[in-house]
Amino acid sequence: MRLFARKPGEAGPLDYAGRWSLRSWVAVVLVFQYLPLASLVLFSFNNSKRTIRWEGFTFDWYGRLASDDALIGAFANSLTIAAISTVFSVLLGTMAAIALWRFRFPGKGVFDSVITLPIVVPEICMGVAMLVFFGTVAPWPRDLVWPLDLGAITIAHITFSFPFVTVVVRARLASFNREMEEAARDLGASELRAMRDVLLPHLRPALIAGALLAFASSLDDFVITFFTAGPNTVTFPVKIYSMVRFSVTPEVNAASTVLMAITIALTLVGMKMQGTDIASTESP
Amino acid sequence: MLIRFENVTKRFGSFIAVDNVSLDIAVGEFFSLLGPSGCGKTTLLRMLAGLETPSAGRILIDGVDMAGVPPNRRPVNMVFQSYAVFPHMTVADNVAYGLKIDRVPRAERDSRVAEALALVKLDDFAHRRPDQLSGGQRQRVALARALVKRPKVLLLDEPLSALDAKLRDAMRGELAAIQREVGVTFVMVTHDQDEALAMASRCALMNRGTLQQVASPGDLYEFPANRFVADFIGTINLFEGTLAVDETDHAIVRTPALDAPVYLGHGVTGATGAQVWVGIRPEKITMTPADAPRPAGPAAMPHANRTPGTIMTSAYLGAVTLYDIHTSGGTLIKVTAPNGTRSASPALPAGTQVWLHWEPDAPVMLLG
Repeated sequence: MRLFARKPGEAGPLDYAGRWSLRSWVAVVLVFQYLPLASLVLFSFNNSKRTIRWEGFTFDWYGRLASDDALIGAFANSLTIAAISTVFSVLLGTMAAIALWRFRFPGKGVFDSVITLPIVVPEICMGVAMLVFFGTVAPWPRDLVWPLDLGAITIAHITFSFPFVTVVVRARLASFNREMEEAARDLGASELRAMRDVLLPHLRPALIAGALLAFASSLDDFVITFFTAGPNTVTFPVKIYSMVRFSVTPEVNAASTVLMAITIALTLVGMKMQGTDIASTESP
Repeated sequence: MLIRFENVTKRFGSFIAVDNVSLDIAVGEFFSLLGPSGCGKTTLLRMLAGLETPSAGRILIDGVDMAGVPPNRRPVNMVFQSYAVFPHMTVADNVAYGLKIDRVPRAERDSRVAEALALVKLDDFAHRRPDQLSGGQRQRVALARALVKRPKVLLLDEPLSALDAKLRDAMRGELAAIQREVGVTFVMVTHDQDEALAMASRCALMNRGTLQQVASPGDLYEFPANRFVADFIGTINLFEGTLAVDETDHAIVRTPALDAPVYLGHGVTGATGAQVWVGIRPEKITMTPADAPRPAGPAAMPHANRTPGTIMTSAYLGAVTLYDIHTSGGTLIKVTAPNGTRSASPALPAGTQVWLHWEPDAPVMLLG
């Protein structure tokens, strides 16, 4: 007699996918996670002012988006802020990660525990803090030309984005073989060159992931931006919010769908870049 | 002297990794730094490479004081323990890396890379990526990458420790052959005494940051300077005793561990009556059955250098059989018996009474 005898067709101990309980759990998760998103996308193509009944397929709402100058302006603002804050977040975040990994300096413990604070502090607090800071402590000059008028928002976004980069880069640094850098030094490279030739290639996947995180969190941030934005510096999410306040039209659906599509596309690109990269930078 | 350590000390906090080491290494040597882990051998090597800075003392390479010279400006190159082959470069790019930094012209670079790859028999792998290579091949890349720079000294940090046993044996011979071919001075760190003995022309045995003995492999084994050396290199039976007689042509040590005195066929340096140790290696002891004629000791002292005993355990190792033998005094002695013929191979059973005896030349006397 077999010790672990089981009937044909019965799920084995690790055959999770074969158990009805787990299957239904997965189904419930999928429904609650993706059904709202799916209906959002679906009704952006609805040929009706109302979002509750399907009246036929149309691209009209997307056409209306394209001709909405205020929305296009907000979209341009969002992309600009996200691009600039991503560049600075990756630079600052990577430098912080390397400093914490590599060097000993006074106050390192404090720096280490404080650096991830922007991630854990409630967004509303960050928003209010930014409002007070840029309103009274260090007022951002008004009426600057585009894109300088986005400075306050961009700085706010860098503040909450760069810790994500630090966290991701530090995790990657843990797997770096210090002998690689020493080998580069031994072969004639200066400290900076060794970092560029050996450390940076190793960090590439983390830099891509960190940049994606920074870009995505900047692009879809609402709360903090809402407190920092002025009447002329509206971003895409803030604009959508103001549209919703009047009524939820399929135009809002279409705008949200565009935002979602951009985020997903970026993530796919990033995953693709990482996928081809990790295999070749894995330390032996 | 190509390399000179002058009273080099290295402290990490309160821990002294290297303690006042002075050492000279000549051009063309295959020098090995040997010792148990934590003995300071790797720190010594890393100081030579410039990856650590001495806390005190000087290091000279080719007469030049290396103080303040960064690793990228030293005439040494290193093969790291993990090989540290750059994973995002091909084999050829790895080997060319150091030459690119030195701005060696393209044509010369290509020919030198090809030459180095040929030396380590990786010609066909130039365009492979490191993750497509075996451990042994990666090591060859690391070796070629360091040698292509034509260093005055090649440093090797535990070069064979990451390889499997068969490959390790093959690489031993090959590394020694490459060293002869290129004529570069090799300094190798290892904790494996077989590796050091087989490959090095000279070894420094270290313990707790200090040099114990610097000698050829043969001298290290046959003429150990102290008990640590005798015990670390190979296997040895050590007995504590008193130096009873010390003449120019012989010396006698009496030890409570053995029934008979130990007769050495040469004079020693030590005061009569001093506390000393006598070491005898297992292969230098002859074992004869108890019912055979009692073996005669040295002519001058026929009852010396022999003891009766009983076989406790035996381990058949193929080429030799290793016996643990108890003397009547309760001392445990290790003896290896060569298995010279196939019929002699079965180990003698436990409980067999035997005689153990050795030549006057077999024991070595140690003062500390």
